[in-house]
Amino acid sequence: MVESFPHDFVLASDGRPPADVVRAALAPRFTAAPDGRARTVRLTWLDTFDWRLYQAGLTLQHCAGSRASDYTLTANDGEQLTASAKGLRWPALAGALPPGPLRARLRPVTEVRALMPTARASATVRQLRVLNADDKTIAWLTVTDTSLAGPRGQDGTGLAPRLSLTAVRGYQAQTDRIARCLAAAPGVTPAVASPLDDVLAAAGRHPGDYSGKVDVKLTAEMPARCALEEVLLQLLNTLEANVPGTIRDTDTEFLHDLRVAVRRTRSAVKLCGDVLPAGVPEAFSGEFKWLGDVTTPIRDLDVYLLGYDQMAAGLLAATPAELEPFHRYLARHRELEQRELVRALRSRRFLDLVKTWRKELAAPAPRRGITAAALAAERIGRAHRKVLKRGAAITPDSPPESLHDLRKRCKELRYLLEFFASLHDPAIHQQAVRDLKGLQDCLGEYQDCQVQQHEIRMFAAQMMTERDVPATALLAMGELASKIARRERRARREFADRFADFAAAASQQRFRALTSGAGR
Amino acid sequence: MKILATYNIKGGVGKTSTAVNMGHLAARDGLRVLLWDLDPQGAASFLLRVRPRVKGGGKALIKGRRELDAAIKGTDFDRLDLLPADFTYRNLDLILDSTKKPTERMDRLLRPLADEYDLIVLDCPPSISLLSESVLHAADVLLVPLIPTTLSVRTLDQLSDFIAGFDGHKPQVLAFCSMIDRRKRLHREIAEQLPEERSDVARTVIPALSLIERMSVERAPVTAFAPRSAAARQYAALWAEVGERVL
Repeated sequence: MVESFPHDFVLASDGRPPADVVRAALAPRFTAAPDGRARTVRLTWLDTFDWRLYQAGLTLQHCAGSRASDYTLTANDGEQLTASAKGLRWPALAGALPPGPLRARLRPVTEVRALMPTARASATVRQLRVLNADDKTIAWLTVTDTSLAGPRGQDGTGLAPRLSLTAVRGYQAQTDRIARCLAAAPGVTPAVASPLDDVLAAAGRHPGDYSGKVDVKLTAEMPARCALEEVLLQLLNTLEANVPGTIRDTDTEFLHDLRVAVRRTRSAVKLCGDVLPAGVPEAFSGEFKWLGDVTTPIRDLDVYLLGYDQMAAGLLAATPAELEPFHRYLARHRELEQRELVRALRSRRFLDLVKTWRKELAAPAPRRGITAAALAAERIGRAHRKVLKRGAAITPDSPPESLHDLRKRCKELRYLLEFFASLHDPAIHQQAVRDLKGLQDCLGEYQDCQVQQHEIRMFAAQMMTERDVPATALLAMGELASKIARRERRARREFADRFADFAAAASQQRFRALTSGAGR
Repeated sequence: MKILATYNIKGGVGKTSTAVNMGHLAARDGLRVLLWDLDPQGAASFLLRVRPRVKGGGKALIKGRRELDAAIKGTDFDRLDLLPADFTYRNLDLILDSTKKPTERMDRLLRPLADEYDLIVLDCPPSISLLSESVLHAADVLLVPLIPTTLSVRTLDQLSDFIAGFDGHKPQVLAFCSMIDRRKRLHREIAEQLPEERSDVARTVIPALSLIERMSVERAPVTAFAPRSAAARQYAALWAEVGERVL
């Protein structure tokens, strides 16, 4: 992120005390006076694994000194919110922070993702007052000497001292003048990166280095096998990146992203595996199915737990307290399933799977066969036709299985669009995805409701066999089931309209453009 | 948000010293404070080292929030901001008179600042005028420094009677004995009797101390440059009493 920070400066490490550099730069119009003693603080920058704060233009810094322990959230526009809290352990959800404006600002951004340290440093901070002719403080200068710490940075790596100028309210014009004096002074350079960018660069980290989205740069003429292997390799990287967080149970999105990577891998192998060497799809598809299956029970419980508060709040006849045994059941079973999952992810079977899969994908591919563009056009066209045909055959009397099957075909089409996105015109691609998403959301809601109704009956039966369950809890669960049934019926009614939108001429034209080469 | 005004029809009774020290103590207690120096002489602005000048003058400020926001200056103290004096404030009466419902104007101007400040301190000029009437209507608390003389007590009664005649919102009046000269028997007697006899007079008294006068040399609240002094302790006691009784 290249951005200028008009009131931030970097000092040359020429041995002169920063206060002397500042005084020389500001004389004779302004003077600078130290305010209090230098403080030594420990700095920790926090973000989610997928850099949600960074992407939203926010920086969260924890500054711990001998007396204070403050969290400061800074937006790119300079807005700052602060909260004091001691003894918090990270990673944790933003909800661990004390209630207040900072937490309220963070929660909609981080949502279900935990905050975790992205960089650590220690710093010596000195404050200087900038005074005018009346000896009035008109601005503050903070001099920060930062040394990197933590596992990835080399201990003791010093960054150039940084000067931050903050105007006192009502003195912006004079502060701009101070900034100009500093910028013109020898040994002072205007900062081009934020303090976080400086620290991350020194620590060898790249903001935005993880995203759960498929982002592969393919070319139309590259061999189809190479293109597919690049997609599969990125999916494998995503899968592996999420294993430590899933094992530590840092937040539920690690498992979610891991599962999506597995599903996408399975679809890619199923739909395009014929361009891989003979026998490869057969050798791995069973193993990826196993991996998908071992992650399913805990995800199902996560879905309930993530939506639990909303479900409980929506009860009319029952009270949230009556539903509490259900929550305890879910939490208890989640713990058990988490143990099973950790066992699977530490098993020889899993380690062998990722190792041999990576080896397979790294094998040199012959530079012949059909092109990536031809593969994309043919497979997207086929998947699209399948969705149209199966969707058109669904009537109000069709069994739920037909909608379930269509949902899977839609998902396959969506994955194909994502894998080959870099071959297509972004505007047409985005609109095609939007067309499909409307239908997918409806089918997803219908399927989720079906599964949840089945599960809630199963959970109720299990709860009764495991321990004494109050009748009120079962009644509350019954109310939940009835609400889910109502949602299911609504989704079923909406299906015809959603499918009609997808099958409309404009949408078909877009898909034709993607599969005929005109959408490149 | 509460509005506290230091007010007395007479000048030189300690209004500005009280406003500056109350503002500083409130900010030190964690409140976000705005002190408005309404006196064209600009003594509070001088004490806080801010030049007594407002772009567009009093006329611009009376217009609305944007002009008010632009004129606010941060002081050298955390959470204490100042709306400086301007020489054009001498015409505030005329400016107010040209607005609709002039006595409600100050209240309408200040209430929108509630999202930014917890306390507004108004340092009023010594007069009885349309401006002071508008301040009396806006204020929640009227802090009245009182030189302990019989005539001052009579003026306090006149003020209380005047406020009693307001329709609707009325500020709570809290007077306190100011500039007490312990060498004068009358001062000592009135300062002791008044709080006993009247519920609208604070127990705390502010003596005439040279350290308070020194504020104009230090250009800072006495509670900041001599926080352990007798003067600072008395202001702290007065602030505590204001908090306890009326805020």
